[in-house]
Parts: sequence; C-alpha cells; structure tokens
Amino acid sequence: MNLLYDPWPWYVAGPLIALTMFILLYAGKQFGMSSNLRTMCSIGGAGRYSDFFKFDWRAQRWNLIVVVGAVIGGFIASQFMSDNKVVINPDVAQQLSTDYGIESAGEAYLPPELFASENLSDPFVLAILIIGGFLVGFGARYAGGCTSGHAISGLSNLQLPSLIAVIGFFIGGLIMIHLLFPLIFS
Amino acid sequence: MKYISYLTIGIFFGIIMYKSEAASWFRIYEMFQFESFHMYGIIGSALAIGVIGVQIIKKYKIKAIGGNKMNLHPKTKSVARYLIGGIIFGLGWALAGACPGPMYVLVGAGYYSILVVIGGALLGTFVYGLVKNKLPH
Repeated sequence: MNLLYDPWPWYVAGPLIALTMFILLYAGKQFGMSSNLRTMCSIGGAGRYSDFFKFDWRAQRWNLIVVVGAVIGGFIASQFMSDNKVVINPDVAQQLSTDYGIESAGEAYLPPELFASENLSDPFVLAILIIGGFLVGFGARYAGGCTSGHAISGLSNLQLPSLIAVIGFFIGGLIMIHLLFPLIFS
Repeated sequence: MKYISYLTIGIFFGIIMYKSEAASWFRIYEMFQFESFHMYGIIGSALAIGVIGVQIIKKYKIKAIGGNKMNLHPKTKSVARYLIGGIIFGLGWALAGACPGPMYVLVGAGYYSILVVIGGALLGTFVYGLVKNKLPH
C-alpha cells in the first residue's frame, strides 16, 4: 500500500480525526466545523437582523484559520496525494447508474452530474446544491453542531444531546437517500 | 505564531478528510445505503479513541496549554432541537453529500460548485438566526 498516494483506510483516518480533536482540546478549543458559518454571517453584518449573530466573532478567528487550512489541505491532497477517483461498492455503483444515471462512481471524486461547473446552469442541479447546503446550515445551527461537533466531539464526551443529534442525522440521511432520492432523481 | 498552528491543524484535517474519502459524495451515499463499513469505521474508530481519551483527560485532570481547563462543557439538555435540527441536517448531508468540514476541503480540491452549497449553508444559518425564537428548542 502506498500511504501517500492511495486512499487512507478507516483505521488510519479515524484515529487521525481523533488526534485533530485532541490537539484542538489541548489548545483550549473545540473541534466543530459548522460554527464557522455563524461567524461568517456575523462578519457579513447579520447582527443587524438577529441577535443570534451579535457575539464576539473575533474570539472565533482561530476557527476561520482552521477553515483556511482545510481548504489548503484539500488542495494539497487532491493535487499531490490522490488520483481523485473514489471506488465504492460495485453494487452501489451499479444501482446509482441504473436508477439515477449517475455513472461516475470509480471515475471521479464527486459525481460530475451534480458538481461539474458547467452543470450549474441547470436549474435542477443548482436547486439541489442550494437546498442541500441550506438544510445543512439550518440544521447544524438548530442542532447546535454538525458531524464534527456532535458525532465526534460530543459523543466522545458521552453527551446524550449529541447522541440524539446523531440519531437525527441518520434519520434525515436515510429519509433522503431511501425515500426522497427516488422521487428527486428519477 | 498561534495562527500558524491553527493553519497547520486545518491543513492536517483537510488532508485527512480528502484522503479518507469522507469528503466524497459517493462515500456518503454508500454509507446511507449501508453497503460499506468505510464511513462507519472512520467515525467509529475516531469515536472509540475519542471516548477513551476524554475519559483519561477527565480522570487525570489534564489541562489545556497554559494551564487552562479543557473545553469539555456539557451540552444543554433538550430533545426537540437536537432531533429536529439533526434530521434537517441529515437531509442536507445526504442531498449535498457533504457536511461542513468537507465542504471547505472540496473548495481547495477545485470543485467550485461546492461554493454554491456553502452559500446555501450560509443562507440556512442566517435564516435559522432569524426564526430561532419561533422554533422549539
């Protein structure tokens, strides 16, 4: 196995994510990637419309720096450490192709059917991306955290609220994939 | 100097997300189809180590840098906000195939359509701020 170039297996990635959380805890911070969205709204002047955005966002600058780092990390990994193809279970790849016409599993990192820049002119694709993002942003703040804040940080601290949130994440995800995808994509 | 550390942590995290394929739409879809152990392995192993580590921190009262207390606050008790908010988040996670961390990683990887998803997420956050007081928490 070529660790630099091949995809990292779960037993490499999971412990490294835990390490990320411990480094941030040691720095006196918390691991959570969605609170940045609130910070960005505040910087953009959202405090004029809701007190929810009136907080000392300067204390959150460190987390925006982490975001900048994540962008750079994505650049480095995609340019120098990956062939940018994700191979999934062949049954799932076949099902995606048969049911939804998404043929790119094993050939791409994200399906170009949804993420190719030229498809942004397609109102259907545009709507999916905006609504998907909207639900993530709204839901993350309503639930007080996302995958990193609840599924990793909160559950590591044995927080019942985080368990409820993660159960919610999966209820929502399963409804979307099993009940709504067939309606949306076929 | 401090900012260099946070930048490094971010780069480290971004590489992990991309290299583990946790930032791939395909992996999220496959996870919700229960057709691969990969994503469950990532979350599960991170969590197993996380739980043990946090217990050790608490037991030995390990301090953060500079002697400060670790940022391990209990979360406010409630069911409605976590369950409803969680379901809304899950719907979006599956539809966009990305949660907030990977969204930023994908910008760096050159998938510029993800900027539309981030725009949607900012809008969702903003609207939550507007209607927050009318929602059950």
